[in-house]
Amino acid sequence: MSKAQLFLTCLGDQFYTSTLQNMVRILEQLEVELVVPPGQSCCGQPLSNNGFEDKTRAVAMNFLRAFGENDAPIVAPSGSCASMVKHHYAGLFPVGSAEHALALDVAARTFEFTEFLIHQLKVTDVGAVYPHKVTYHPACHYLRELGLKTEAKTLLNAVQGLELVPLREEETCCGFGGAFSVTYPEVSRSMMENKVKCVMASGADTLVTCEPGCLMNMAGGLHKAGSNMRALHIIDVLASK
Amino acid sequence: MTSPLHQELIIMSETPSYIAFEEYSERVPASIPAAVQQATERFVAGRAARVGELPQWEELRQIGSDIRQHTLENLDIYLARLEAAVLSAGGHVHWAGSGEQARQIVLQIAQANSVKAVVKSKSMATEEIHLNDALEEAGIEALETDLGEYIIQLAGTGPSHIIVPAVHLTKEEVAALFSKHLGIDAPTDPTELARIARETLREKFLSAQMGITGGNFLIAESGTLVMVTNEGNGRMCTTMPDLHVAVVGIDKVVPDWESLTVFLKLLARSATGQKLSTYTQFITGPRRAEGEFGPKEFHLVLLDNGRSKILSDPVGRDVLKCIRCGACANVCPVYKNVGGFAYGSFISGPIGAILSPQMLGTQAARELPFASTLCGACAEVCPVKIPIPTILLHLRRRVAEGDEFSEPTISLPLRATAALASLALAWNWIYRFGARLLPAINPFFRRDGWLSGLPYPISRWTKVRPLPSFGSRFRQWWRARSAERKGEKR
Repeated sequence: MSKAQLFLTCLGDQFYTSTLQNMVRILEQLEVELVVPPGQSCCGQPLSNNGFEDKTRAVAMNFLRAFGENDAPIVAPSGSCASMVKHHYAGLFPVGSAEHALALDVAARTFEFTEFLIHQLKVTDVGAVYPHKVTYHPACHYLRELGLKTEAKTLLNAVQGLELVPLREEETCCGFGGAFSVTYPEVSRSMMENKVKCVMASGADTLVTCEPGCLMNMAGGLHKAGSNMRALHIIDVLASK
Repeated sequence: MTSPLHQELIIMSETPSYIAFEEYSERVPASIPAAVQQATERFVAGRAARVGELPQWEELRQIGSDIRQHTLENLDIYLARLEAAVLSAGGHVHWAGSGEQARQIVLQIAQANSVKAVVKSKSMATEEIHLNDALEEAGIEALETDLGEYIIQLAGTGPSHIIVPAVHLTKEEVAALFSKHLGIDAPTDPTELARIARETLREKFLSAQMGITGGNFLIAESGTLVMVTNEGNGRMCTTMPDLHVAVVGIDKVVPDWESLTVFLKLLARSATGQKLSTYTQFITGPRRAEGEFGPKEFHLVLLDNGRSKILSDPVGRDVLKCIRCGACANVCPVYKNVGGFAYGSFISGPIGAILSPQMLGTQAARELPFASTLCGACAEVCPVKIPIPTILLHLRRRVAEGDEFSEPTISLPLRATAALASLALAWNWIYRFGARLLPAINPFFRRDGWLSGLPYPISRWTKVRPLPSFGSRFRQWWRARSAERKGEKR
C-alpha cells in the first residue's frame, strides 16, 4: 500500500472542499494511505510571484515543517502550487544549509494530482463515468513548468461516456495569473473573456482544468456571461460514477 | 482616430519618467487588440509552420543561446575585434556611452557634412535614443522609410511592436493619416497605400545626404554590419546617400560568419515565419573605389546606454541575448490585449517588460515586471531561450525588496500587506483561524451562489467576475472521518 500526504493548497482549502473530498476518495480507492498535515497553510507563491522573496521564505519554512517530517510523497490538486515547491523552494535557501537540503528532498517528492496518478501510481483509468461533452483547458504552470502535456487528457479519455472536444487556443492563459488578476484587473478581464468565448464556442457542456485558480477565474467568467456550462476540477470528473 | 486621452498616453518622443501600465491598460481603445490579434495570429501560424520544418529547431535554439551567452561573456574582446575590423575596412567607429552621446555623435557627423535631409531605416536603436527629435531640433529633416516606421512617424508615435511598428493601426486609420499629411485622398487598399508611400519616399532617397540605419548583427571577425529587411528601402538608405551612419547596440555583436548563420536561421522564422527575410545585407565599410556601390563614408555608432550595467547582473543580463524577433509578443496574451503602447517605451511585449525596467530603472518602470501572468508562452518560443519569466520574477524582487541595483520601489501599503500575509501564512494557526471566520461574510455578498461586490482589495477581483463562496470545511470533515475510523478500528 502506498502513502501520500495531501497538500490542500490555500485555494482548494478555501473554495473547493468537495474537490478535496473527491481527491481523498479517488486516492483511497487506489489504496493510497493518506495523511493531511494539519500545520499546512499556503505554498507562498503569491508572495514569491510579487517579488517578496524574504517573506516567502518564512511561508516555505512552514510548509517544510508541515510536510518534511513524513517522508511520504506530497500530492496537490494544483500544478502551480506543486511547481512552486518543486522549482522555487530550493532557491530560497543558501546552498549547503539544512533548509536547502530539506527543500530539495521535499521538491523531489511533490507531485501534482494527475502526475501522481499517471507517473507514480501508473493509473490511467480510475473507473469514472461522466457521460458529457467536455473541453479541457491546460493551466499554464501545469503545462509549461511541470511539462504535463498529455496526462489530463489521458485520464479524461479513459472516463466512460466522456467525449473530449477541442478547445480553440487551448494553451493560451486564461488571465488568472494569481495576483495578476487583481494587479491588472482590466487586462485579466480581457484575457478571461477571450478564454470564456473559446470555451463557450467549443460545444462542450463541461469545462475541465487541473488548477483551482484558473477554475475560479473561468467558472466566474462563465457565470458572469450567463452560461450554463459546468466548470469542474478534473478530480470532480474523475470521481463521478 | 484615437481619443485625446489615448493620444496623450502614446506619445513617446522622450524617455518616459514613469510608465503607467495599469492606467493605460484601463483605457486601451478596442481597435488595438483587434488589430494586434489579427497580425499576431498570422505570425504565430507562420512561425509554427517554419519551425515545424526544422527537426533540429530545439538544438538550434540551444546553439543560438550558447553563442549569445559566450559573446556576452566576452563582449570586450569581440567589440575590440569588431572595431579593428571596421577600421581596417575603412569605416569609422564611435563609442556612445549614453543616448545623449549617441545623438551628439550623429549630429556632429551630419553637421560636419552639411546634411539637410536624412533617410532612415531599420532602427530600434534610434527609437531608443529618440534620434529623430534631436535631428529635427537641429533643423535636419529625418524621414523614416520602412513603411511601418513611416506610418508611425506621420502619426507622431513610437512603435507598438518590435517588427511591425504600426501593427495597432487599421488600413482605414493609415489611409486617414496619409490623406491628412500628404494632402491627398488616400484609398484604404494596402497595396495602393504602399505605392503612395513608395512614390513619396523615392524623391527623398534621391535628395538625402545621409542614411541612418540600425543593424541586426555585427560580425566581429570582419567588421560587417548585417541588416535583415523585407522592403528593400534599407538598401536605398545605405547605398544612395554618400554617408551611412549605423547606430547599433553593443549587444548585437556576433563572433563570426559561422555563428551568424545560426541567427539568420532563427530570426526570420521566429519573427515573420519566413525561412529568410527578403533582403539580407552585409555591409563592410564604405565603397572601396569610385563607381562601386555604397557610401563614401561609413560610421558605426556603438551604443551602450545602460547595456554594460545590465551585463553586470547575472540574472537580468540574459535580456541582452535578444535578437529582436518579436515572437514573445506575438504569443503573449497580455501584449495581445493591451498592445505595445502600454509598455511605454520603444520596446514592448514580454521582452520590453524585462528590458525597460533594467534600462530605465525600477522606479520609472516598476509596473512592467508585473505585467505578466507568468504563463511562460514567451520563453517557449524565444529563439535564444531567454528565461523571461525568471527575469520577470527577478525584477519583481528588485521592485519589492530591492537589491544591489535599486532600492525597493513598491508602495508602502503593498509592502505592509505582504508583511501581514507572510505572517499569517507562516504562523499557520492565524491562517486556519482566518479560514474559519471567512465563511461568515458569505451571506452578505452572496447572489446565485456566488459572491460579488466585495470590499477592497477583493473588489478588484469581483469587479471582473464573482468569487466562489468561502467554505473551508475539508479539515473538519477529515478530522471527523479520521476519528470515526479510529473508533471503528477499536
